[in-house]
Amino acid sequence: MNTQVTTAMNGVNVEALLAAREALTEAPEGARFKWRATSEWVNGTHSRSTVEGFYGLGGEQKHRQKFQFDSDHPEVFASEDKGATPVEIVLVGLAGCLGAGIASVAQNRNIQLRSVKATIEAGMDLQGILGIDENVRNGFDGIKVHYEIDADATQDEIAALVAQSQKRSAVFDIITNPTDVTVTVRKG
Amino acid sequence: MRGVAGTADVIVIGAGHSGLAMSRALSLRSIDHVVIERGEVANSWRKERWDSLRLLTPNWMSRLPDYRYQGDDLDGYMSAGEVAEFVSHYATTISAPVITGTTVTKVEPAAGGYRVSTNHGDWRCRAVVLASGACNLPVVPKVAEGVPASVAQVTIHAYRNPAQLGEGGVLVVGASATGLQLAQEINASGRPVTLAVGEHVRMPRLYRGRDVQWWMLASGVLDQCLEEMDDPLRARRLPSPQLVGTRERKTLDLNVLRAQGVEIVGRLVGVRDGRAQFSGSLRNVCALADLKMNRLLGLFDAWAERTGVATEVGPPERYAGTVPDASPRLGLTLGQDVRTIVWATGYRPDFSWLDVPAFDRRGQLKHDGGVVEAPGLYVLGLPFLRRRKSSFMHGTEDDVRDLSVHLAQHLDRTVPLQVSGVAV
Repeated sequence: MNTQVTTAMNGVNVEALLAAREALTEAPEGARFKWRATSEWVNGTHSRSTVEGFYGLGGEQKHRQKFQFDSDHPEVFASEDKGATPVEIVLVGLAGCLGAGIASVAQNRNIQLRSVKATIEAGMDLQGILGIDENVRNGFDGIKVHYEIDADATQDEIAALVAQSQKRSAVFDIITNPTDVTVTVRKG
Repeated sequence: MRGVAGTADVIVIGAGHSGLAMSRALSLRSIDHVVIERGEVANSWRKERWDSLRLLTPNWMSRLPDYRYQGDDLDGYMSAGEVAEFVSHYATTISAPVITGTTVTKVEPAAGGYRVSTNHGDWRCRAVVLASGACNLPVVPKVAEGVPASVAQVTIHAYRNPAQLGEGGVLVVGASATGLQLAQEINASGRPVTLAVGEHVRMPRLYRGRDVQWWMLASGVLDQCLEEMDDPLRARRLPSPQLVGTRERKTLDLNVLRAQGVEIVGRLVGVRDGRAQFSGSLRNVCALADLKMNRLLGLFDAWAERTGVATEVGPPERYAGTVPDASPRLGLTLGQDVRTIVWATGYRPDFSWLDVPAFDRRGQLKHDGGVVEAPGLYVLGLPFLRRRKSSFMHGTEDDVRDLSVHLAQHLDRTVPLQVSGVAV
């Protein structure tokens, strides 16, 4: 643990997070969130997804603005490349989640971050989604994340930030552990 | 020994080391009490542990108030049978008023204190000390519900030795001291073993030439109080460190097991269509454990420098990081690859007979360092009850001292029991 007496400035309101932790321990109903997205097919492999509202703290909540995400396949797939591929968006989610976690943990441990840079690479064998080989899965065969972090801390303290961030990451959990998925459909 | 029900100021439930240590403290204060024991003294150690179990602490650390290990194998580790003998001899030494073969079926509030119902009649008392232990029932995770009937399942409560398991692959779930010890001996019996590993605590057996428990004790880590912990609830849930007590004083960790042929996989997170699913988080839980071990060793080193002990021990050491397989397996077909699952997923106390409104939403007993949220009710021997050492035999003394003071004050503040109009 570092011994500086000044407070790290990483732009994370740790007091609010800790207060929320305490409040939601007492009121577990408020801790139950529902995250939502809508999506509409545009053309070809291009879809546009939107997030705006979500549920939590016992009621409906709203982002400050509507966020839209275009997804498509690249030209090498004979597509028009109007957006990131959906699997890349999964990597974006993982990077975003781990980054938020690193900043939060650093703030809580009073470690000043100067730069946090991640590169992520996921392997995928297309023989899976193309149905060429039954033994190859559709998804990633592995994900490699590499961090370059400059901070007022030792190598081990920085490694501990990254480890703790994985431990508390929702997207890391979603990717590393199975999740039950229900898909329904209606003719509209 | 008395065999009939009656009254006492204090009833201690359980004649293990905690209950007996409390009995001695009460005797020294001349407080009227009995110790009710369902079986024999140190019953769990006699009947509910696996054959090869040895304490994780060396013999020289085995001590109770005014009583310590007398043998000459100071650096050895007691077997379960030796612990039972050690504790039984203590009961005799302190002349504890133990009533054996008596099972408590209910504890409930009653006028002036509590009614303690047993299979041999009811007792009335002013205070109750729960010393029935932290390891009464095996914890089995919910995913067990999906395990096909063709797969044998054994809990640490029922496990004795590898010979009781069928032939074929064994999945050991849990990476505490228990999980690693069982994985090692089952693997040595010739059955292929897969070990599912979640968060765990890694430690070398010897550090700088001394037992790691010596370091824990001497540097003050075992004396750490609950109030000093950033996250007290987490401190109480921590799995036991990966240690084993052997004559060779060897380190037992995931690298050792892997070199012996045990396959290391991530936490068991699901069973679906007859397949066990393992988490992809293995590397991170290993990294967390390695980092935490190094912080602990760093703390030892700093303490040794500060106190001058550094000159009396070997040089600082650091160990190779835990190395998982290049692509750890994410699933196993149950029934085919795995014929038996051993659940080494922890124990929990059994308070099903405690009819007192002192449980939280999750069914955990609410207490402040052993002072239960019900007047005159105390609990002993739970993990990190008051201190890191609370669940160790040598940790009992300080907890019993603190709680017996509180208990004596409670008796001083309340009135003696009135039964049929006569003070008893």
